[in-house]
Amino acid sequence: MGRKLLLEKANVPGICTYEVYRREGGYRSVEKALKSLSPDQVTEEVKKSGLRGRGGAGFPTGMKWGFLAKPEGVPRYLVVNADESEPGTFKDRYLMEFIPHLLIEGMITASYALGSNRSYIYIRGEYVWVAEILERAIDEARANGWLGKNILGSGFDCDIYVHRGAGAYICGEETALLESLEGKRGNPRIKPPFPAVKGLWGCPTVVNNVETIAAVVPIINDGAEEYAKIGIGKSTGTKLISACGNINKPGVYEIDMTISVEEFIYSDEYCGGIPAGKKLKACIPGGSSVPILPANLLLKTAKGETRMMTYESLADGGFVSGSMMGSGGFIVLDDSQCVVRHTYTLARFYRHESCGQCSPCREGTGWMEKILWNIETGKGKMSDIDLLWDIQRKIEGNTICPLGDAAAWPVAAAIRHFRDEFEWHVLHPQEAQQRNYGLMHYADPIHVPNPVMA
Amino acid sequence: MSSDTKNTIPTVKVTIDNITIEVPAGTTILNAARQIGGDVTPPAMCYYSKLEGSGGKCRTCLVEVAAGSAADPRPMPKLVASCRTGVMDGMVVKNITSDKVKDARAGVVEFLLLNHPLDCPVCDQAGECHLQDLGYEHGKEGTRYEFERRTFEKEDIGPYIQLHMTRCILCYRCTYVADQLTDQRVHGVLDRGDHAEISTHISKAIDNNFSGNMIDVCPVGALTDKTFRFKNRVWFTKPVLAHRDCPDCCGKVTLWQRGDEVLRVTARKDEWGEVCSYDGKPGWICNTCRFDKKAASDWVIEGPVNVNRHSVISQGHYSALQTPKETLPEVMGGRAPKLMMDIHDVSEVNKIELSQLPGAATGSDFNSPAPKEA
Repeated sequence: MGRKLLLEKANVPGICTYEVYRREGGYRSVEKALKSLSPDQVTEEVKKSGLRGRGGAGFPTGMKWGFLAKPEGVPRYLVVNADESEPGTFKDRYLMEFIPHLLIEGMITASYALGSNRSYIYIRGEYVWVAEILERAIDEARANGWLGKNILGSGFDCDIYVHRGAGAYICGEETALLESLEGKRGNPRIKPPFPAVKGLWGCPTVVNNVETIAAVVPIINDGAEEYAKIGIGKSTGTKLISACGNINKPGVYEIDMTISVEEFIYSDEYCGGIPAGKKLKACIPGGSSVPILPANLLLKTAKGETRMMTYESLADGGFVSGSMMGSGGFIVLDDSQCVVRHTYTLARFYRHESCGQCSPCREGTGWMEKILWNIETGKGKMSDIDLLWDIQRKIEGNTICPLGDAAAWPVAAAIRHFRDEFEWHVLHPQEAQQRNYGLMHYADPIHVPNPVMA
Repeated sequence: MSSDTKNTIPTVKVTIDNITIEVPAGTTILNAARQIGGDVTPPAMCYYSKLEGSGGKCRTCLVEVAAGSAADPRPMPKLVASCRTGVMDGMVVKNITSDKVKDARAGVVEFLLLNHPLDCPVCDQAGECHLQDLGYEHGKEGTRYEFERRTFEKEDIGPYIQLHMTRCILCYRCTYVADQLTDQRVHGVLDRGDHAEISTHISKAIDNNFSGNMIDVCPVGALTDKTFRFKNRVWFTKPVLAHRDCPDCCGKVTLWQRGDEVLRVTARKDEWGEVCSYDGKPGWICNTCRFDKKAASDWVIEGPVNVNRHSVISQGHYSALQTPKETLPEVMGGRAPKLMMDIHDVSEVNKIELSQLPGAATGSDFNSPAPKEA
């Protein structure tokens, strides 16, 4: 049984109300931080904890906080990114829905560390009811003196506002989010300047994921050393994984980053295996934009080691034979799934969500979608596969924001690992309409060459 | 250097394609490259130095930074948009010397042309279109796109401007004009992705005295001057510099004439296709100058525009036309050239005096018996 830090109390009845949350030990971290720690000490604790951003990129949070420019007389802002729109990711919703006060508590502590007197939660427009839950929680916190002027007599003022987005995936990109929060069209900004220097309304801003901010609470409560003990290497603490797809028990799981991918999929504590006696074919371990992996590379790395549910292990082998932890949207595909159709669905999503600001992403995503649709419907050519590869190559890295990369990676990985399935679709257009390619060799053990002795 | 004062901006050295140049700190890579000029300058479709916040979108100006600065000589991991990246001292930039850049740029050009209608033969922008130039210089001869291109309905935005969204490459320049030049913005981008469109919100007219500058900043034929539409091809018109005393704007314009008729009035543009600056202020012109003053008598003509000889407009040979020197008499030693018939005055076959024949010689002249010599 893994250790739970965030969702430990999630099933306590009434935990979403202030009374129950406080009774269960809530807001201790705010007391501790405001009464006994300086803002810099809080930042130092977060640095020592090794907490990495939970939104997808995995950037060390403490370091991000340390980058925040602190010019005299200019306000600083903390913005929480609750625009969780990555297909397959729903961990933040769970957290905000069940224990909203955990986020509020983490935000007050983080705002104290960063010197933000006005902090924002930018929440995805579709999460209407979650926004209402948060509003209620904020009202309760304010009524009990945790928000407003001079919190706990420390002289620190803080207030939190909830801002609802209008349903654009791109507004989860931090600079597009800031644009949207300012009331403009949600186009990503060109970096540099980074938000740490020029963010919301031109002021230094830190944008963090919901889960990252929530993780500040156990770090301050238990201490950074205690937090850093959990997990392996640079993957410290616990991570929420939203598991979905062809598994027996889809849902949000808190793992302590010491378990293997195999254990996560097949153990009854987590996903509970693949239903209906089917076999694992492929998996996207970190949300739709990270590379898809076939079963054999998912469970073992190219070196033959067991793949663990950690940032490093999932990324082992780079994009050639690895993937990414991403935002923790764990999508499992069994042998009845078609990778071509699946890739088409993702391409359609990214085409729809491209903001259209920079040309490679605007034009390239639509082009890839059309070609994939042709292959899927039996009108593809062999040259289309190479063309897809060339298009994704020209999008990746050449765009303003990571959406271009996010659109290119799934296509690249699907061709890299499942090229024969694409070719089968092209060569057997009739058959491909009636049945799927199946598991084929994708779960076969991979040959690991013996290391050459020097 | 003792002449340095506190007011001077410190200069930094940047190397672009092995050419080192000293520029004031804060200059972007693109502007530094423009100071070098020539092929070293990356093409720019969306960046417009006179519009704040423009650039970074089209990605044609991507360059490779091989060394970030003298202090931190690590290369930048990705290609960067040169129009929005400032130079650092000791920065080493690769533009046309980088295969990565050339490859990425070819990709960007292909992407930009993907949904472009390529209706140049009926487009008013042809001849002064930046996308045409870009495609000519960096594009491939064919496209790999096999699908229907995106189209939009033509839209009139106000009495003077027509928006032909099908041709648009979404450079956002015109929205910056609307933002920064005009006091009431009714012009922006609707929708997103490949169906994003420039529009006035729900077909409003743009009613502003400086709205015509959108036509000038548009790199393609998406925004065209309705007073000039289908009147002429630009390369048949002759651009002349002219000015008038205008209460609203600088009044310095280019007249595009055919004969004495003024077909079109635009702001003056520099070699990068941007509006010229006067005393540091961009020379935007007002709609009165642009659309209403269409008589040569409204203007004080200054003289012809120097058109880049690579431009198709320069083929008009409108200025100081010189007839080529006649060299044939010189070659022939002072003898005037004669017709072939005159090479021999008298036929050697039958001694017919060719010059005596009325008109051109025919077979019957030779077949008839030669006149008896007396």
